[in-house]
Amino acid sequence: MPDHPTRIDLIRNIERALRDESLQRQMGKAMPASRRARADAVAELPEWESLRSAAAGIKDHVLADLEKYLRQLESQISALGGTVHWAFDAAEARAIITDLARSRGVRRIVKSKSMTTEEIFLNPALEAAGARVVETDLGEYVVQLAGERPSHLIAPVVHKPTEEIADLFVKKLGVPRYERPEELARVAREVLRAEFLAAEMGITGVNFAIAESGTLVIVENEGNARLTTARPRIHVAVMGVEKVLPQLADLSVFLRILARSGTGQRASVYVSLLTGPRRAGETDGPEELHLIILDNGRRRLLADPDLRGALRCIRCGACQNECPVYQHAGGHAYGSVYAGPIGAVLTPAYEGLERARDLPFVSTLCRACADVCPVKIDLPGMLVELRARAVRTGLASWRDRMLVGAWTFFTRSPARFMLAGSLGRLAQRLVARGGKIERLPYPLSGWTAHRTAPVLASTPFRTWWKSRQGEGR
Amino acid sequence: MKPVALFVTCLVDQLYPRVGEAAVRVLERAGCTVAFPEEQTCCGQAAFNNGFQEEARVLARRFLDVFADAPAIVAPSGSCADMVREWYPHLFRDAPALLDLARSVASRTFELSEYLVRVLGVTDLGARFPATVTYHPSCHGLRGLGLRDEPLGLLRAVRDLRFVELPAAEQCCGFGGFFSIKFAALSGAMLSAKLDTIEASGAEVVTATDVSCLMHISGGLSRRCSRVRALHLAEILAGS
Repeated sequence: MPDHPTRIDLIRNIERALRDESLQRQMGKAMPASRRARADAVAELPEWESLRSAAAGIKDHVLADLEKYLRQLESQISALGGTVHWAFDAAEARAIITDLARSRGVRRIVKSKSMTTEEIFLNPALEAAGARVVETDLGEYVVQLAGERPSHLIAPVVHKPTEEIADLFVKKLGVPRYERPEELARVAREVLRAEFLAAEMGITGVNFAIAESGTLVIVENEGNARLTTARPRIHVAVMGVEKVLPQLADLSVFLRILARSGTGQRASVYVSLLTGPRRAGETDGPEELHLIILDNGRRRLLADPDLRGALRCIRCGACQNECPVYQHAGGHAYGSVYAGPIGAVLTPAYEGLERARDLPFVSTLCRACADVCPVKIDLPGMLVELRARAVRTGLASWRDRMLVGAWTFFTRSPARFMLAGSLGRLAQRLVARGGKIERLPYPLSGWTAHRTAPVLASTPFRTWWKSRQGEGR
Repeated sequence: MKPVALFVTCLVDQLYPRVGEAAVRVLERAGCTVAFPEEQTCCGQAAFNNGFQEEARVLARRFLDVFADAPAIVAPSGSCADMVREWYPHLFRDAPALLDLARSVASRTFELSEYLVRVLGVTDLGARFPATVTYHPSCHGLRGLGLRDEPLGLLRAVRDLRFVELPAAEQCCGFGGFFSIKFAALSGAMLSAKLDTIEASGAEVVTATDVSCLMHISGGLSRRCSRVRALHLAEILAGS
């Protein structure tokens, strides 16, 4: 069965989210706090704009010569004693990793946070192969316990209020009800410690992979990724092709923009630079290192001049925090692993516009995302482009075609426009009361479901203008 | 006397002519000679934002023809001005013959407060408006045209006007053109958050540079039976 079988029912997902009062309350608290944290952190750096330009420039440079840098990365990692695996799609990546686990008799696996492994639905595949997989990022652990999926790029459980997490821990872990986040973190830490000690394989994502040295860079705040890569015998790292950077020096730009954009920190708490597996004479680190380099639609995106800029994304989540649609809809409404403005671009690109045809439209094009994106992805421009493609390929709804068709018919000349006004003034006699309209028929009923509608003015501007000219002013 | 061509916008023409009348008065008060090219209709943004670029191109073509020779084109809308400035060159990127014209027209197109402050260097129009007013910066004016201080400077110069800050002012109101109908409930939720901040500001009047956002906001205020009124910036600047 394909991973993405049916059309995402965005409208229904959003309606469900809007009815979920706890979600609305939680997002209404969390998103403004994230926005403030980012704004304060960014305001500290007078060089912010030049950092953004530098980051975008480096990413574009890599994307223009991607295969060269990937080959360099592969040869460096091989020289260090690691193994590089190329995965064309999610199924291939899953097969490679489950084969690794099976062939090495791995029964227990710990994972640190990785959206790429979410993208390929890795956990169910590993479980089906007989392994126990435990997420060790606190938020991901909660999501796993709840049987959900992450709803945000860096704050996977942002949709869930603390009280619900407290209840979940009581139910799933049989512990007393703790309510303070620190207490909940302590409980998770105790459970997870045993998992770290018993695990034979650690699976992580990769924030940046340095081509010149074969170094994998993992950025986190909890220390769980460091444990995941240090303790188990085998380290499997999964990265999309776009994660490669030319040289270590490039990190100075990316570590700064990532921490400040993502969490509003000056620096992330743990930055692990992993260069190859354990070497002879060393006392710790994994005996085996496997790097899975995943395409899964990325090279197709790379070949698309209007959308390739989306491959600059460093998964900081700033566009999600800033997006008023994301705040109200929540991440799950987007129906895929990548939510928010970047998700509205990536999901159609990776999973097909037919399935995700509504996603590019769920934005007011307010451009808040473009203002904060640390790698200057033109998200509104890409949404506009995807909308045009949806219309060109016949995916627009009958209602859209009717509304836009009527609009463009009546605005094609002043005579038609005036005619539309006259017809509208006649028609509104049926619905207007006291100079406003409380209820309009389909297809405009959505407007009056939430707002009063204005009436057409008795004298249009151009009529006033003509009479004013006639009077010679 | 500075000659300007008014692009009044389709919504103002049929729904809010008083905003167009106010814009004419304000421009004249600032020393302009206003022309209204009567062949104008709509900039095409509604179609464009909904993905119908062919239809938008037809309307953009008309706009370019109508305003080809205008010395300056002024619209009481940040959103329509942004459409012309940001997207017309994009719409005609594969049509060299029209691209030059699109760029040239784009460079001569301004939002009203932008034209007054940046081009004419005027902030005090001698207006008087005795009310407590807050200001919602519409997204396309704010992030598209970079209008921050221009509308505020104009408001501060108005006699007897008490200005109050709008909390979380830069958050979108949730209008978004056809978005407001297609995702009506979501648009309504975003509007509700905006209305809460407007009412919390203590203002009697909320103003903005776009009637589209104001139509959405005033529709929401009316549905709430709020006492706050929504007025276009031009209406306040035309007050005396």
